[in-house]
Amino acid sequence: MSSADISAEPTRRPFTGRRVRFGDVVLQVVAGAAALGAVVLVGLIVWKVVDGSRLAIVKNGWGFLTRIAWNPVVGKELYGAASFLFGTVVTSFGALLLATPIAIGVALFLTELAPRVVRAPVTALVETLAAVPSVLIGLWGIYVLGPALRSSIEHWLHAGLGWIPLFGPQSAAGASVFTAIIVLTIMILPIVSSISRELFLGVPHELKEGALALGTTRWEMVRGVIFPYARGGIAAALILGLSRAMGEAIAVTQVIGGSPTIQWNLFSTGDSLASKIASTYQGAVTNLQLSSLIYLGLILLVLSLAANITAQYIVRSVARKHGITRGGHA
Amino acid sequence: MSAQGLTGPGLRLDRLPRRRRVNRLMEGLAWLSAAIAIAILGIVVFDVARRGQSELNLNLLTKAPINFSLTNAPQGLANAFAGTLVIVGLATAIALPIGILIAIYVNEFAAASVRNLVILVLDILAGVPAIVIGIFVFLLLVVGSGQSGIKGALSLAILMLPFVARTTIEVLALVPNSLREASLGLGIPAWRTTLSIVVPRAIGGILTGTVLAVARVAGETAPLLFTSSVVGVKTDWNPAHALQTIPVAIFELSESPSPQDHARAWAAGFVLLVFILFASLGSRWLVTRSHRKITGR
Repeated sequence: MSSADISAEPTRRPFTGRRVRFGDVVLQVVAGAAALGAVVLVGLIVWKVVDGSRLAIVKNGWGFLTRIAWNPVVGKELYGAASFLFGTVVTSFGALLLATPIAIGVALFLTELAPRVVRAPVTALVETLAAVPSVLIGLWGIYVLGPALRSSIEHWLHAGLGWIPLFGPQSAAGASVFTAIIVLTIMILPIVSSISRELFLGVPHELKEGALALGTTRWEMVRGVIFPYARGGIAAALILGLSRAMGEAIAVTQVIGGSPTIQWNLFSTGDSLASKIASTYQGAVTNLQLSSLIYLGLILLVLSLAANITAQYIVRSVARKHGITRGGHA
Repeated sequence: MSAQGLTGPGLRLDRLPRRRRVNRLMEGLAWLSAAIAIAILGIVVFDVARRGQSELNLNLLTKAPINFSLTNAPQGLANAFAGTLVIVGLATAIALPIGILIAIYVNEFAAASVRNLVILVLDILAGVPAIVIGIFVFLLLVVGSGQSGIKGALSLAILMLPFVARTTIEVLALVPNSLREASLGLGIPAWRTTLSIVVPRAIGGILTGTVLAVARVAGETAPLLFTSSVVGVKTDWNPAHALQTIPVAIFELSESPSPQDHARAWAAGFVLLVFILFASLGSRWLVTRSHRKITGR
């Protein structure tokens, strides 16, 4: 299931305007309760998380968002989210930056270039990548990817471009923000590419063929027809990918090293909101620390809700626009 | 819609060789992107299999792990396999009927505006990070009374629900209206038509979507950390206790200093991965088949 996919089919309801029977009422009420339950559930999630972070909100105040601190020592407790927020932004945007061109490339390959026989298998394999559990990608990140990046790309970039703050000295721990970015790139690549693929498939043939008939090369057709047509949808796909990257806890906690600092060096350790929650939850002793962790979860929830609602809004307005265009043709 | 790429000097014939070179470069990059994506999957699967090889035997499924042992006695992750079966099974038992009911309401009863609202809510629920779902169930049920397998199952069920409901909505919409009309025309009430005609017709697609959802949550770690992770080494099938699961076991073993522990983590990961790959590739194949069957085309 992709979230960008909206069945345009209008509701057909042959069940209206008929004699009301007891069984019909029962089924409608039970099914309606289930649907209402889903709506209530989302509200309950928000309320519970807000409620759980109340203690931290009161004690830490607004300074929580801008403070760099995580000191659970009883009596000197001080917590802040700034470094985790920074880590979440850096890792998720970094991953999006790397994943976008590859994902669009995969989608273009699958819709425009791939020979018919490989199309279905490659689509299936790319989507299978999305099904690999994050804990396994994290395990792979610790023992295979991390060491490999350390001795190759990280090493070269630091040696060659070390004057750029991003490519500073490598951490002694073996974990790094950079590894986390690559791990997240792998995880969001299939999401962005499968949504983009569906969008590209939706571009009307007559537009594509029209461009080619004007003598454009295939790439010029992609740039002049497919990209403008799918622009809104791609934006939504990127936001969904970003939201997924922000919310990933386990794989990031395994490779990022867990240090509450703000620095531009990608090769040192860092931390993110989700990763901090996953790594610290079991060791949380005081109520304030637990509540502060939930506060981190609340920030994460707000960010992902904002991202998802924006993406769904874009998807729906694009679908409406294109629906009307297509109706005009018919 | 704009078409800026098609205007200006872009289409000049005297630049054709250059335009063709750019085109070839871009096509090459698209091929390369696809190769990268496939290669990543191949490398991950290969590495997991290779590194888990030494521990990939029947002991993994049947023997309990040994805490703090210095012996080389054979050990496995029987507790984790049992726990994953119980928790994922329960999660499916919770999410499947509720998901189908939501889909029935949305597709057969709801007015268009309600339908859109429920679908929007499902999409938003699908976007809530798994770890936040874990926090939610922790705050709702675990605080005060402790962890259990059933609470773990509930958190996974919340993750499955939007998946199951969305795919079911899609397949129910594929069931031809003529079937509903024929049934109603025979005087069969709407509720029986829905439950005995419409849902059975779509059941293949519904189950396929469910398998896909199972494959997605079987590897989830974050929600289980909060709801079912403080566990012993004994194999336990009772969902009233906190149960070990494969993802949580892998997460914990990955932080162990012992290479044998790592090998067990890789081996358990391999078993999980094989299940997930089969489930998601198999159900993709079934999706196409069942869609054809439902529509009768």
